[in-house]
Amino acid sequence: MSIPADLMYARTHEWIRAEDDGVVVGITHYAQDQLGEVVFVELPEVGTTVDAGEELGTLESVKAVSEFLAPVAGEVLEVNERLIDEPNLVNDDPYGDGWLVKMSGSADGDGILDAAAYKAFLEQENA
Amino acid sequence: MHPWVGAGLEDRRDILAELGLSSIDELFASIPAAVSIDRLELPPARDEESIKLALAKLSTANLSMDCAPCFLGAGVYRHLRPAVVDAVLSRAEFFTSYTPYQPEISQGTLQVIFEFQTLITRLTGLGVANASLYDGATAFVEAVLFAHRVLRGKRDLAVVAETVHPMYRRVLATYAGAAGIEVVVVPPGADGRLDPQAVRAAAGDRACCVALQSPNFLGIVEDLPALAAAAHEAGALAVEVVTEAVSLGLLAGGGAFGFDVVCGEAQSFGVAPGFGGPHLGFFACAEKQVRQLPGRLVGETVDSEGRRAFCLTLSTREQHIRRAKATSNICTNQGLMALAATVWLEAVGGRGLRELAASCLARSEELKRRIAALGGPWRLAYPASPSFNEFLLLGPGPGAELAARLARESVLAGVPSSLWGGSWPDGILVATTELNAAADLDALVAALGRLS
Repeated sequence: MSIPADLMYARTHEWIRAEDDGVVVGITHYAQDQLGEVVFVELPEVGTTVDAGEELGTLESVKAVSEFLAPVAGEVLEVNERLIDEPNLVNDDPYGDGWLVKMSGSADGDGILDAAAYKAFLEQENA
Repeated sequence: MHPWVGAGLEDRRDILAELGLSSIDELFASIPAAVSIDRLELPPARDEESIKLALAKLSTANLSMDCAPCFLGAGVYRHLRPAVVDAVLSRAEFFTSYTPYQPEISQGTLQVIFEFQTLITRLTGLGVANASLYDGATAFVEAVLFAHRVLRGKRDLAVVAETVHPMYRRVLATYAGAAGIEVVVVPPGADGRLDPQAVRAAAGDRACCVALQSPNFLGIVEDLPALAAAAHEAGALAVEVVTEAVSLGLLAGGGAFGFDVVCGEAQSFGVAPGFGGPHLGFFACAEKQVRQLPGRLVGETVDSEGRRAFCLTLSTREQHIRRAKATSNICTNQGLMALAATVWLEAVGGRGLRELAASCLARSEELKRRIAALGGPWRLAYPASPSFNEFLLLGPGPGAELAARLARESVLAGVPSSLWGGSWPDGILVATTELNAAADLDALVAALGRLS
């Protein structure tokens, strides 16, 4: 299970990457593996403002639909429109081309974990 | 106890003893006295045969639509029903089936639903349709909820034409409040049609939909292109509801004019008019919004040997998977009635449906001409407005009184237009179908003449 060391993580299995003007958000390798083949991604509208823990959009896989949440508070600056036609990018490249949303805000906040802590959290969850 | 013979006195005693109760009354003690009945005041018991005879005699006092010239409509229509409809409906393989719970082994049922969906998309001019709704009223409500979801709940106003069937609007009122949707009703103009500018003004910038009926409750065909444009200008979805599905044989469904949803009542397609139903709702939307479509959806696929097969599609929208976030609490099929409509449409055919609709229109237009020529107290409420097979007739008195007087002349002349209120004149809605023979038209015109 890949957990890049340079990213931050939420307990709801989103990853966060800090950039100059905000953060990029996606779901972790573990999350996409649990979901199975993603067939549809519903993305938020650019300009939407959300609190940490609020729903950003939905991921539909062949076996379930689940929401993905905003790991930190902020405004949606950009969404990954490639996912409209290529939802499988979430599975194929969860930390790269499969990113979901770019939003304002910073990568630290209540309950945000670093890679080691997220790895420990996963081990504890699956113990 | 025998599984299908009722409990006898001894059984009841045993059940009460098991439950630790001393009487039936104790068992039902939680029912408030205000709503419980001690005893029914019934006449003395009689034998089955004499009761049947008494009821048969009583029923001859009815003026039934089968034995009198009938022009009743207002949302329920009398059309021909070829014998093949009931012949297929009553086949046990179909008659015992409802929504398939182990869907993929019920290929026949899935094929019927798939064919129904296909027929509805062709009639409405939209990409996808379901077979899940019980009647036009709930289909209409689902359309408003759909628009609210598509616009992500950010627009909480539904602009609804007053000329949407009043009973449909009443069902919407039941749901809308709970869904946090405010309903604003736009009355028709002096010509009985909805004014696109009035719609645009009512929508402002917070409407999720503009919903209207065409032909409307007064029988008038709306200006669909202008109304779709008005809705879209306001950033709202355009919703058309159709209560007389046979009109789709002549009039293009709203999809052709940019409507986002076309829904309604398909009772006209092979379902006999009855007291309270069953009816058959339909719902069609654009393919890009399929994930917000309520209800079940059947798709075409191939099996492991490459043969054509059918399967439930996009089930993740549904309640048994998405729980509280499902698109709708409707997680079923109006299967048997969808079968009736499918058999009916396939028996009548495309050209047949067009001819049938043309015949309805021709008879209605003939009746309008003859009433206009009759003069006296009888006149058409909207003589210059286009109609399909129904129009509002005004006469010497309120509609309910006119309908009752004409019934005494043995003519079921129509439904009083103010039965459920409305800002329009109080008269009779007169519906004409292909089943109205020339003699029916003569009988109505003669009866109107006698009441002049």
